[in-house]
Amino acid sequence: MIKLIGILVVAAGFALRFNTLLVVMAAGIATGLVAGMSFNELMGLFGRYFIENRYMTLTVVLMLPVIGLLERYGLRERAEAIVRRARAATAGRVLIVYTAVRQVSIAFGVNIGGHAAMVRPLVAPMSEGAAHAQHGTLPQKTTEAIRAHAAAAENVGNFFGEDTVFAVGAVLLIRGTLQAQGVEVGLWELSWWGIPTALVAFGALVWRARALDRRIVRATAVAPKPEGTP
Amino acid sequence: MKLLNLDVFYVFAGVILLLVAGRIAGDRNHPKRWGSALFWALLAVTFLVGKSLPPVVVGYLMLVMVALAATKQMAFMGDAGASAEDRADSAARLQNRIFAPALLIPATAVVGTLVLSKLHVGDWWLLDPANATVTSVCLGAVVAAVVALRLTGAKAVVPIQEGSRLLQTVGWALILPQFLAALGGVFAKAGVGPVVADLVAQALPTQFPFVAVAAYCCGMALFTVIMGNAFAAFPVITLGIGLPLVVHQHGGNPAIMAAIGMLSGYCGTLMTPMAANFNLVPALLLDLPDKHAVIKAQLPIAFVILAANIALMYFCAYRF
Repeated sequence: MIKLIGILVVAAGFALRFNTLLVVMAAGIATGLVAGMSFNELMGLFGRYFIENRYMTLTVVLMLPVIGLLERYGLRERAEAIVRRARAATAGRVLIVYTAVRQVSIAFGVNIGGHAAMVRPLVAPMSEGAAHAQHGTLPQKTTEAIRAHAAAAENVGNFFGEDTVFAVGAVLLIRGTLQAQGVEVGLWELSWWGIPTALVAFGALVWRARALDRRIVRATAVAPKPEGTP
Repeated sequence: MKLLNLDVFYVFAGVILLLVAGRIAGDRNHPKRWGSALFWALLAVTFLVGKSLPPVVVGYLMLVMVALAATKQMAFMGDAGASAEDRADSAARLQNRIFAPALLIPATAVVGTLVLSKLHVGDWWLLDPANATVTSVCLGAVVAAVVALRLTGAKAVVPIQEGSRLLQTVGWALILPQFLAALGGVFAKAGVGPVVADLVAQALPTQFPFVAVAAYCCGMALFTVIMGNAFAAFPVITLGIGLPLVVHQHGGNPAIMAAIGMLSGYCGTLMTPMAANFNLVPALLLDLPDKHAVIKAQLPIAFVILAANIALMYFCAYRF
């Protein structure tokens, strides 16, 4: 039971709004010490995992200079402009299409998305642009809601397509874990049973995207229109 | 021999980070000049030579980075970048050509994963096939940068300047995913998982098939919330709850149990600040004042999928 101290440290640290890096480090140190590791041993463990997981930060570091350059030359403005011409586009529909493309492409093992590469420069501006074209200037809260849902669309598309057709990482881990226990399962069988959840996930995203569109309509209907006032 | 592997791109990223640190050190008006410069320089070191440093040294470097972040020695005065008119002007000048470099990133990912990662002469590979996805995305970023520089006619310093601005907007949260991965590793080494699995298995009446399924799916989601990573939760919860209860006690189909179980873990990923690279870093990248805004948008989706997973597993695992 005492090993759960790390979870307690994380919960308390997050609740008291301490610096998150500090909370995470403290939780790791507390857990390691009660499990009987020495401080240096722990630092070695932390260091090893930090180096092994550099790939998590790698794509963001390489992506931001080129995205920043393109944004400086008007990428987001152009993305907004182009979506304004498509009359059927709404904020929610942009996200639905993006999630669908993301789920299908990653099912075939191709990772075309990413928060730095796609969501910030293209998906979020297009979604905002669609809402802007239909409803004029958006309240700050609405813009923020659109952006948060754009990030959600990326995550849902990324997570719930991966395990279907050309399953790679996750499916291999599943098979390996079960094999070690003497339970044999087929790769195709595992992929096949990922499909129902992938469809449910897409349905849930469609539901939230439509709710977002309704929310935008409500928010802009309440806000006073400058041209209507004397 | 792999020509383009992760190590090549780690060095690339290290150089970018070092240039960022250098720019900050040379900026007399920076509000926290030395603290920020040191932070980015230390991170650059872990990218440039991380593999040859003893892990314990990296651990102490992490302590220094935590100290800098926690004592607020890093700061960034919101610098707006190019003015709105400038951006609108060049958007009008470049028209849709501005999309070409941006779309080259996913295009390179497709070509890289499907074609380049399979090219080899004997033991010489163009792209490391073991890390095809990440290396393809990195290659895409480099290709896009070259094309974007030619297209816009910008000086080579501009991407570093803009990259530095965006990296500083994200700030110390950039390395949070790596910290959380390390915490997950420490949890696993200390044996936190089996304790959680035992607690769940003992607290619930798992002699009912439905309870076993619900305990497994919720256990996967819950433990992923704690660890921030479904891959870390999967072996622990599957060996602690899934296999003994759903498969062995109630005769469920192991493939259905495992496939849907992993996807239940992903529901947990949608709910947790511990999955910082998916939930917190994007909130910063999108300039959202509430850093939990992405999680809040995802909560209804996560609960719907989790409920559907429990139903699916209950109706399918005991039948097929």
